[in-house]
Amino acid sequence: MRIALIALAFLAACGEVWNDPYPASERGQNIYYASFAERPKHLDPVQSYTEDEAIFTQQVYEPLLQYHYLKRPYELIPLTAVEVPKPKVIDGGKLTVYEIRIKPGIRYQPHPAFVEENLALDRRDIDKLKSPYELALGTRELTADDYVYQVKRLAHPRLHSPILGLMSEYIVGLDRFAKSMRQQKAEGWLDLRQFPLEGVERVDAHTLRITLKGSYPQFVYWLAMPFFSPVPWEAEKFFAQPGMAEKNFTLDWWPVGTAAYMLTENNPNSRMVLERNPNFRGEPYPSEGEPGDRAAGLLADAGKTMPFVDKVVFSREKESIPYWNKFLQGYYDSSGIGSDQFDQAVRVSIEGDAAVTPEMEEKGIRLSTSVETSIGYLAFNWEDPLVGGGSERSRKLRQAISIAIDVEEQISIFANGRGIPAQGPIAPGIFGYREGREGINPVVYDWVDGKPVRKSVEAARKLLAEAGYPSGREAKTGRPLVLYLDTVARGPGDKSAFDWYRRQFEKLGVQLEIRATDWNRFQEKIRKGSTQLFRLGWNADYPDPENFLFLLYGPQSRAKSQGENTANYSNREYDALFERMKNMENSPERQRIIDRMVEIVREDAPWVWGLYPKKYSLRHSWLSNDKPNAMARNNMKYQRIDVARREALRAQWNRPVVWPAALLLLVLAVSAIPAWASYRRKERMAARAA
Amino acid sequence: MLAYIVRRALYAIPILVGVNIITFALFFLVNTPDDMARMQLGTKRVTPEAIEKWKAERGLDKPLFVNRGAVGWEKLTDTVFFQKSIRLFAFDFGFAEDQRDIANEIRTRMWPSLALALPVFALGLLVNITFAMILAFFRATYLDFWGVTLCVAMMSVSGLFYIIGGQYLFSKVWHLFPISGFIGGGSAGKFVFLPVVIGVVGGFGASARLYRTLFLEEMSRDYVRTARAKGLGEAVVLFRHVLRNALIPILTGVVVVIPSLFLGSLISESFFGIPGLGSYTIDAIQAQDFAVVRAMVFIGSVLYIVGLLLTDISYTVVDPRIRLE
Repeated sequence: MRIALIALAFLAACGEVWNDPYPASERGQNIYYASFAERPKHLDPVQSYTEDEAIFTQQVYEPLLQYHYLKRPYELIPLTAVEVPKPKVIDGGKLTVYEIRIKPGIRYQPHPAFVEENLALDRRDIDKLKSPYELALGTRELTADDYVYQVKRLAHPRLHSPILGLMSEYIVGLDRFAKSMRQQKAEGWLDLRQFPLEGVERVDAHTLRITLKGSYPQFVYWLAMPFFSPVPWEAEKFFAQPGMAEKNFTLDWWPVGTAAYMLTENNPNSRMVLERNPNFRGEPYPSEGEPGDRAAGLLADAGKTMPFVDKVVFSREKESIPYWNKFLQGYYDSSGIGSDQFDQAVRVSIEGDAAVTPEMEEKGIRLSTSVETSIGYLAFNWEDPLVGGGSERSRKLRQAISIAIDVEEQISIFANGRGIPAQGPIAPGIFGYREGREGINPVVYDWVDGKPVRKSVEAARKLLAEAGYPSGREAKTGRPLVLYLDTVARGPGDKSAFDWYRRQFEKLGVQLEIRATDWNRFQEKIRKGSTQLFRLGWNADYPDPENFLFLLYGPQSRAKSQGENTANYSNREYDALFERMKNMENSPERQRIIDRMVEIVREDAPWVWGLYPKKYSLRHSWLSNDKPNAMARNNMKYQRIDVARREALRAQWNRPVVWPAALLLLVLAVSAIPAWASYRRKERMAARAA
Repeated sequence: MLAYIVRRALYAIPILVGVNIITFALFFLVNTPDDMARMQLGTKRVTPEAIEKWKAERGLDKPLFVNRGAVGWEKLTDTVFFQKSIRLFAFDFGFAEDQRDIANEIRTRMWPSLALALPVFALGLLVNITFAMILAFFRATYLDFWGVTLCVAMMSVSGLFYIIGGQYLFSKVWHLFPISGFIGGGSAGKFVFLPVVIGVVGGFGASARLYRTLFLEEMSRDYVRTARAKGLGEAVVLFRHVLRNALIPILTGVVVVIPSLFLGSLISESFFGIPGLGSYTIDAIQAQDFAVVRAMVFIGSVLYIVGLLLTDISYTVVDPRIRLE
C-alpha cells in the first residue's frame, strides 16, 4: 500500500501526461491524429467505393484529376494530368475521345515491388516477413501504361469493381474485354498487359487515350475517383506470389501509389499509419478559394509546398464515448459530433446560427459546417396500387403526405438541426439547384416573409379528401386508410422516430404501420418492389445534377432493372428530358430542362423530399487549413499542425489528478483495520463460550 | 487416464459437427448468400452478375445442405455446408470475406486478448477467494453482513456501468490512464491496467459471494471441527484444510474457462479499443462474415471441450480419491 502511494506521488511529481494513448516516441512529432470506426474492406482502388476506405486510398493513390480543395461550387483540376481533358467528338458523335497527358517525373512511393529480385521471392522468406517494407525498396516513374493497366483491372476476373457495369456501357470494348477475362486462369498473377483493350490505349509514355461510346460528359468526374488511379503491374505481380496472401500482404491491403503519403502500418483492427512519401514531387497549396477563405486563414499557406504533416495516425475507435473524450483531451486533432455530444459541443442561436459552446470555446475548439452533397428521403413505391402511379388520386395522396410530414421538426428533433429541408432531388452546391423563392417546392411550401413556410395541415387534409380519403377514411367504404412504412430497425432508440412518423400521419387521420426489419430484408423488399413507403438516402458520386436526377429515371427502376431508382418512378416526359439533359454541358438551356424536370417530380411527389444533411465538424486550435470538402477525400496533404501548441495544451488539459486514487487506496487500507483487529482478537481468544 | 482423454477427444467430434451444423443453420437462416454478397459488395451500383460472380468464387452458389442435382456422395459433399465445414476439422480456417487470412488474424489478435483476459482471470480469482475467505472467517458478524451486502450490490450493477464509470473517473476526470487504445510489448500495461481493474471489480460480487457459500459449507464439516480441536489456528484451518477441500466446486467453474481466455472479452475490448479476438468476433457478426463467425464458434467449442477435459483432470490433482476411467 505504501509503495503504491509513493509510486502515485512520484508519478504526479514528474508532471508528465499519463493518459497519452500514443507511444512516447511520437511526442513532439508532426503527426496528424485521426480515427476510424469501421474496418476498411478494400484498399484496392478498383474495388474501394466507400468513404471509410477513401480516407486511406485517396491519400495514397492519385487519379488523373482532383477537386479544388477550397473553391465552391466544386471544380475539377488536374492532379497527375497536365490539364483537365476536353472531350473530342468523332465519327459523327458516335464516339468521344479523351486524350490525357500526364505530368512527367512523377515517381512511385518506395516499394519492394519495384526491385526485380523481390518479384521471385522464396516462400520461406515471405513467411518470415512482418511487413512488405522489410524488403529492399525501389521506385520508378509513373507512366500512362499504369493507368491503362488499372482500367483493365476493372474487368479483372478475380476483382469486383462496382463500376464495371457502368463503364462497360461507355468505354469501347470493355464489355468484350470483361467477357474474355472471365475465361482466364483462376490462380496466380494475370498479366493484363498481354490483353489489349480497344478503348484505352497508350499513346506514349505520358499520354493515354480513352474512347467512349457516344457522349458522357460526366466521365471526367470518374477520372477524379480512385477507380482511375494508376496501379503498377509490378505491384500485382509482387503480391501474387505464393505465401503473400497468408501474411495478409495483398494489394487490397497494401496500396502502392504516387500521392503524398504511403501506408506503412496496416492493422485495421487497431491502427493504420500513413507516412510522408519521400518520392512525392510536392504540390503547391491552393492560392484561390471562395470568399471568406482568406479571412478564415485558409489561404495563409498559399503556394507553399504540401504536404505539411509528416505522418497520419488513424486509430480505431468503435465506441463514441472514448472517441469523444480523447478528442476533448487533445488526442485527436479533429472530430465529428455525435448526437449524444451535440448539446455539449454546439449551441444554436434563435436565428439558427450554430457556434461552439463556451466549454469548447475555452479550449479553442472551432466549428465548421457544410451542406453535404447528399439527400435523405421517404419514397413512395410507384408500383404500389395505393400510393404509386400517375393517377390524380395517388398524386394528391402523396402530396398530402408530403405536406403533413414536418421535415423541419424532424431535422430539429432527430438531427439536432443538422440539415436543410429538401425542395427537390438536387442538393445545394450542384448545378441546377436553385436558391430562394424560385427554389422552393410550391406543392409543399409557400413563400412568406422572405422564407419558405410549409403549407398547413388543412391544405394537406383538403388534398387527402380530393384523393378520396376524407379524414383519412376511404370515401366509398368508410374504412380507415392504413399505410405501411418499411424501414431498418437499428435498436430501441428507433422507437421515438417511428412514433414521430405515426404522429405525422395521424395529423391526416391516416394510420401508419411501421414494418421494421434488418438491412438485408429491407433491401430485398426494395429490390422486389414489395414496399409501400420506405426511407433511404443518396450520397453523390460527383457534383453533377445527372447524379441526382438519374435516381428517378424510369429505366433505372430497381424492381425492373436493379437500377438506382428505388421508388420505381416512371414519367415519360421526365425520362425524355433526362436523356437530353444528361449529356449536356452546364448552360442556361440545361438549367431550363432541369427546372422542368424538378417541377415534374415535385408535382408527382414520388419522394417526400427529406433533407440535405449538414456536416458539423470540430477542430482544435492547433489545426489549420481544415475545410470540409464533400467530394474530395485527399485532404491530408493540406492539413497543418502547430505541434508545440498541441503539446502544451495536451499537458495542460491532462495533468494527472492523483489524490482521489490515493484516497481510495487509503479508504481500502482503513477498512481493513477492523477486520485485522477482529482477527487478532479472535486468535487470542482462550476458548469459545459454550 | 490416457484412454479417458482419447475417449473424450473422440466424443468431441460429434459435438463439434453438431455445433457446426447449428452455427451454419442459424447463420443461413438469417443471411442468404445473396445478402452476404451485397454486404461485401456494397449497395451502390451492384449488378446481379456481380453478385453471382461473388457467390461462385466462394462456392456459395451451391445448395446449402443437399445437392439434389448431384449423384452419389456428391449429393452431400457438393454443398456449401460440406465444402465450408470439412476444412475446419483440419483447423484450416481459410480467408475472411475481406480476404485476410483468418489463422493469421487469430495468431495476431490472441495476444492482446490474453493481455487483458489472463490478469483479469488470475487477479479476479485471487481477490475473490481471499475476500470470500475473509467473509467466511468473520461469518455471522457485521463484517460478513456488510461484505455480502457489498457483493449483492456489486453483482446487481451492469458490467457496462463499471466500464463507462471507470473510464469517466480514471481516464476523463483524473487523467490517470488512456481511455482507450493499445500498444503491444512493454507499453501494454498502461492500456490494460484500467480494463483489468474494471474486469476484476465487475466480476467480484457474484464470484466472492459464491465462494463464500462454498467455504461456509466446507466449514461445517467434521474434519474442520477436528482440525480446530487439534488446536490449529483459524487461518491454518482455512487455508490448509477448507480452501483445499472447497477447490473442487471452484475448479468446476474456473478451469473450464481457462482455454476460452484466448477468445477475449466482447465488450471490454470494444470499449477499450483492444484489438483482440472478442472484437474480431463482434466485427465479423456485424459484417456478416460467415467464415470468421464459423471459425470463432468452432474454436470456442474446441476450447470449451478442452476446458471440460482439463476440469476433469484437475479433479484428480486436488482430490486423489478421484480416478478418471
